[in-house]
Amino acid sequence: MLAKRIIPCLDVRDGLVVKGVQFRNHEIIGDIVPLAEKYAEAGADELVFYDITASSDQRVVDKSWVTRIAKVIDIPFCVAGGIKTLEDAQTILEMGADKISINSPALANPELITQLNQRFGKQCIVVGIDSYFNADSNTYEVYQFTGDEKRTQNTGKQTADWVKEVQQRGAGEIVLNCMNQDGVRKGYDLAQLQNIRAICSVPLIASGGAGEMVHFKDVFEQANVDGALAASVFHKGIIAIPGLKQYLIEQQIEIRPCA
Amino acid sequence: MSQNLVIVHTGCANISSLQFAVERLGYKVLVTDDPAKITAADKVFLPGVGAAAAAMQQIAEKGLTDCLKALTQPVLGICLGMQLLTHHSQEGDAECLGLVDTQVKLMQSDTLTLPHMGWNQIQVAQDSPLFHNIDSGSWFYFVHGYCVPVGPHTLASTEYSQPFSASIRNNNVFGVQFHPERSGDAGAQLIKNFIEQI
Repeated sequence: MLAKRIIPCLDVRDGLVVKGVQFRNHEIIGDIVPLAEKYAEAGADELVFYDITASSDQRVVDKSWVTRIAKVIDIPFCVAGGIKTLEDAQTILEMGADKISINSPALANPELITQLNQRFGKQCIVVGIDSYFNADSNTYEVYQFTGDEKRTQNTGKQTADWVKEVQQRGAGEIVLNCMNQDGVRKGYDLAQLQNIRAICSVPLIASGGAGEMVHFKDVFEQANVDGALAASVFHKGIIAIPGLKQYLIEQQIEIRPCA
Repeated sequence: MSQNLVIVHTGCANISSLQFAVERLGYKVLVTDDPAKITAADKVFLPGVGAAAAAMQQIAEKGLTDCLKALTQPVLGICLGMQLLTHHSQEGDAECLGLVDTQVKLMQSDTLTLPHMGWNQIQVAQDSPLFHNIDSGSWFYFVHGYCVPVGPHTLASTEYSQPFSASIRNNNVFGVQFHPERSGDAGAQLIKNFIEQI
């Protein structure tokens, strides 16, 4: 059986791992490489590095840290942030990343998903989607440039429509970040994830809201996602990965045990 | 024991991660697309991520097709690199290297998500030095949407909707569908086995 994945997410700004609450007020957590190493040793199934400034600053970002991570860890990792062209993607993959994830550039140029798929194959193309529940209209809407609150904007797209389109264009995995839940540790947005799961035939990763071990159990059992991504609970030591995995195994969820 | 290890620079591969995994074991490895250096190697890694048709085209453009077909030393194809060892891939209707007598098919499932992405367990089907000290039930990391069916060439299998070849072999030519360079301790053991046991 394929295991459900536990995925620590490391938001990277200027070469350091940071964490904000609802995408704001970033605090520095630490250096990238020792944190990556620590999580790999602790039993993480995969790591995601989001360069949260890249898309919103319109600058070429120093990605030398990708190679530094690839040298030390022996689990897969995905790099997101500022990948706007085939050449950007190739550089990141050649530096040792296993997958690349695109978010704002896919919204600006949906054709990029298709091109990346044809060049590198579906399996390494992840599309990240920042989805916000608009209580006034009772709809889920896609946001972009979420790394910088001054530039964050509503794209006008419905989340479900965009999920369907990115699959048609060849995305191999979708990370759905439920912005209302981000950083507040009240649990994943199960209702939204269930809805998206129903229309998503590629791997779906839940992001935003993990606060307790039971939240992971709930999102695997109730939304049937393929992986659960979390940041602050791991960075702040609220949940330790070996204990989480043991708990989930006891709950009969398919998990790769810690070595 | 000093060996001349080579990783074929296919141009569309996650080459660095494999290079680093070999180096973590204490070995030097050369990444090259020079046919003479590939031919002269003691062992050859053929890595790959991406689409089969694009990879075969890159191999052809680099003038490597005949070189790779003629290798007599141990070869380890990884992920797409393994699929390129077969006769044909359904992905882009690509003619492949034809070193292992099988074909690559699209994975299909009515109930499970595709591509097959994540950690899954292998069942060792045949004794092989490649799986020295690696037990059935060991976990490896997979990322692929196409697969090689189970057959006489299967060294290890994995179940996802249906069983498929996690590893194949024909004489000197080995392949693994998973990514040993990203599969923790078991993956490191497999790379070590290819270098030291074969």
